[in-house]
Amino acid sequence: MKKEFIGGYHADQRGYYGEFGGAFIPEMLYPNVEELRQRYLEIMYEDSFQKEFHQLLKDYVGRPSPLYYAKRLSKKHQTKVYLKREDLNHTGAHKVNNTIGQILMAKKLGKTRIIAETGAGQHGVATATVCALMGMECIVYMGEIDIARQAPNVARMKMLGATVRPALSGSRTLKDATNEAIRDWINNPVDTHYIIGSAIGPHPYPDMVTRFQSVISEEIKWQLKEKEGRENPDYVVACIGGGSNAAGTYHHFLDQPEVGIIAVEAAGKGVETGESAATSALGKVGIIHGCKTMLMQTEDGQITEPYSISAGLDYPGVGPMHSHLYTSGRAAFYSATDDEAMTAGLELSQLEGIIPAIETGHAFAIFQHKTFEPDDIVVISLSGRGDKDLQTYIDYFKL
Amino acid sequence: MNRINQKMQQKNQATGAPGKLLSIYFTSGYPNLDDTVTIIQQLEKNGVDMVEIGLPFSDPLADGPTIQESSTVALKNGMTTEKLFEQLRGVRDLVSIPLIAMGYFNPMLQYGVEAFCKKCHEIGIDGIIMPDLPLDVYQEEYEAIFKKYGLINIFLITPQTSEERIREIDEASEGFIYMVSSASVTGSKSGFGTEQEAYFKRVASMNLKNPQIVGFGIKDAQTFQQATKTAKGGIIGSAFIKHLTEHGVASISDFIQRIR
Ligand SMILES: Cc1ncc(COP(=O)(O)O)c(C=O)c1O
Repeated sequence: MKKEFIGGYHADQRGYYGEFGGAFIPEMLYPNVEELRQRYLEIMYEDSFQKEFHQLLKDYVGRPSPLYYAKRLSKKHQTKVYLKREDLNHTGAHKVNNTIGQILMAKKLGKTRIIAETGAGQHGVATATVCALMGMECIVYMGEIDIARQAPNVARMKMLGATVRPALSGSRTLKDATNEAIRDWINNPVDTHYIIGSAIGPHPYPDMVTRFQSVISEEIKWQLKEKEGRENPDYVVACIGGGSNAAGTYHHFLDQPEVGIIAVEAAGKGVETGESAATSALGKVGIIHGCKTMLMQTEDGQITEPYSISAGLDYPGVGPMHSHLYTSGRAAFYSATDDEAMTAGLELSQLEGIIPAIETGHAFAIFQHKTFEPDDIVVISLSGRGDKDLQTYIDYFKL
Repeated sequence: MNRINQKMQQKNQATGAPGKLLSIYFTSGYPNLDDTVTIIQQLEKNGVDMVEIGLPFSDPLADGPTIQESSTVALKNGMTTEKLFEQLRGVRDLVSIPLIAMGYFNPMLQYGVEAFCKKCHEIGIDGIIMPDLPLDVYQEEYEAIFKKYGLINIFLITPQTSEERIREIDEASEGFIYMVSSASVTGSKSGFGTEQEAYFKRVASMNLKNPQIVGFGIKDAQTFQQATKTAKGGIIGSAFIKHLTEHGVASISDFIQRIR
């Protein structure tokens, strides 16, 4: 990964991906965001930072995560499927790659108090974990609805010493938790760092989060080389909430035109039902949480309440990088309904012995929408494990 | 000359000393959809110097619970940007104090920045406050449009804003600088302490070209006095909205009279 700004499919100097990105923040946030903007690259690429980051990823998170050839799934769908096992990371999802990076960043910036938003609770757990590791105060905002549907993760955060504060406004899900976290940062501008959990928010967040998550595609390259004798697969596939596992999975392939980029969003009960989170299909350019991107909104510019069975995809926007990948045609966007994602999750469980997070189930629903060639190599980001979703699976499948 | 600039000068001439301006923020469409013009008229009648007409937004990041709640109700009541412009048509036959449209940038962007500015100009709105439209984006992309329609864009500063940036904002500003009293969202502080006073003094001693009007955290006569000791005026938002919630539009004069 280069320290310089690349532009193109990557962020440019001002944090734009094509027309998307930037920092649309009130002045109250300016000092913090500006300090981060000025210093993040310099800090990230210090030798000592890189060393500590990679050491922790190895010894604490358990990286590299395996790239696993899914034989039975491949046979079923008559193509070659590799799974990038982010579910095997400590805390059970890709989210921890980012929180390790950001907690080290927060320390370098001299911050002592950490705030975060969470949807599925995976980012909240990953943040609470690194705060415990570093002995920092941790406050996690979580929508009231998500607190109910992701109870095990709420308990984990509490056990890790974090305070979980319910977001009671709006749809009481991820969007509202993010609003509350931003308000907290306005109220606590000196000692606090906000660890955003996806490739969203004002510049430099989308770029910083992508850089931390890009360890995923970096590993895929050498792992695939070992297994197949080539670095580039034919396709990389990821589910998209805000787009951090996708950004990390795509990163090293964006400038390799022979690699097809596939994004799967949450269609909820169906794109046309009014209960959906399929931003590319339903969104328009606007401003959400400090960046210009595609988002679901009314004609009047009010942000719409999204819906998905998976708390981690229940967000009315996507990160600016993904808006650009969508409008430029670099990535193909699909959406999977609740039912399709649940079915795909069950299939993965029974064919490969891996119970995925419901978010991740959306990525596997790609097989219900697209047929691959028998000799295609398809790498799917297995972004997280399904332990946190057992109750939802139990209720859905009447287990 | 823009009514905001006139107002800033007028008071000085009238009193020979820095007269303290009282500005009121309210959320349009709250408590009832069609209260907008009545509220503005009542405010002028009771001696308020300037009004900020809030455009409700679904996700008001810089606002505390009171303004959030009023925005939610206003949207439920059916408030939209177009609706507000309809309500305000003809308002200049009724009131002459400066009117400022305040909201978040996304609804303005969806309406079309130029169309929005044009409508404001036709109605007789004098200025705009969009907290999440940052200075650099404004200057690069929108300043020419605002100017074309004679609209003053008001910028915020906070206790954390560096001296260098305050000077930059002062340079870019006309009318006044919106001085956010403390590190907080709207409506959440109780009273001002020594920290705020030091900040007020620090900014006052910078001899900026624009007057400063303090907002966030003013709720009664005492906080208004504290906030305007060195500044040109004060803005009250959440406390006014609370008053509307509890006592209704008919009792606006009670609230204003208690402030000064
Ligand atoms: C397992 C898992 N996958 C995916 C996501 C979606 O987030 P992102 O799009 O940032 O990867 C989440 C979010 O909570 C998650 O927990």
